[in-house]
Amino acid sequence: MPKANAGTLDRRAVVKTLLSNRGDMLVVTGLGGTCWDCAAAGDSPFNFYLWGAMGSAAMVGLGLALAQPSRRVVVVTGDGEMLMGLGSLATIAVEAPKNLAIAVIDNEHFGETGMQPTHTGAGLDLAAVASAAGFPTTAVATDDSSLARATGLIREAPGPVLAVIKVSTAKHPLVMPPKDGAYLKDRFREALLGKQAVA
Amino acid sequence: MALTSRAVPEAPPIDWPSQIYDVLRANAVRHVVHVPDAGHAKLIRLCQADPAMRVVTLTTEEEGVALIAGAWLGGVRGVLLMQSSGVGNTINTLSLVKHCRIPFLAIVTMRGEWGEFNPWQVPMGQATRPSLEAQDIVVYDVTAADAIKDTVEAAAKLAFDSTQQVVVTISQRIIGTKAFKD
Repeated sequence: MPKANAGTLDRRAVVKTLLSNRGDMLVVTGLGGTCWDCAAAGDSPFNFYLWGAMGSAAMVGLGLALAQPSRRVVVVTGDGEMLMGLGSLATIAVEAPKNLAIAVIDNEHFGETGMQPTHTGAGLDLAAVASAAGFPTTAVATDDSSLARATGLIREAPGPVLAVIKVSTAKHPLVMPPKDGAYLKDRFREALLGKQAVA
Repeated sequence: MALTSRAVPEAPPIDWPSQIYDVLRANAVRHVVHVPDAGHAKLIRLCQADPAMRVVTLTTEEEGVALIAGAWLGGVRGVLLMQSSGVGNTINTLSLVKHCRIPFLAIVTMRGEWGEFNPWQVPMGQATRPSLEAQDIVVYDVTAADAIKDTVEAAAKLAFDSTQQVVVTISQRIIGTKAFKD
């Protein structure tokens, strides 16, 4: 039997708080639950939703952060998606972008495929992995006060930042953003770079 | 009649890494992301010496596909340098640049393709073109050094002007054993 999930926080409330009054924040989501969470918090052309390419969210965030050093880039992804891209934590630590933060919404399960447990439920600590790789700032949030601190770090602290937010496995209604990747890409570039970027 | 040495002097070897570097510069490529290969060593050095370029070393090649996609969202062009073995690592992640219609340029130095001494390199070397074609990626193979410059130039135009996903492969015929003595 897998261990009981450590998280009690509500993922939808966590992501809504993280993205409220977001200013000029640019957001990259993972696939699955975090994609729906960010859509539920309110669609924006400054959200780039991954519906596939599992394991890529953090690296898409790195590319964006390097290209736009004056903008805060926040990757909102799940534990399963982050585990598939563990090597990217090493690459991001070496590149050390000051404007990049990763929020791992960690329910310790693969939510889209039948709630099979992930490695984080077996004790793997993604914040410790990021710290060992060289991230200057990491955090684990398990309750409201540690969440408030983690949210502040994700939004403001010099990066790269990785914060693990332990959430419950409670089910939520599907809220789907647009899924055509070329549309999402053009919409993002037009909002960020202007009309000539999609000419 | 006695044999004499050939009257025609041998042409100097083509400095194709410098030619690729010039093409990347001319096409405003700023992110050079790679898992290193001996065949790319000189090009990587040239890019590292250029303050206008950001060279990023990856732990695995699919990271580079994702980085290039993210940089394009932010308005910056990139190139992925890798060995043919790394092409296999990128296959699912290529969905990102393919489905989102993101310009993608990669330059692949071949192994397992022409006189290879390491049999472990052969399966992926032989599968490089069919794997990329299965993902609907345009593949330009180069088998002679004097064709590299034009081919990379054409690939860059196709990628960035026509928003395509293009891979240039450089044959072991060109790289030979030279790169491994360097």
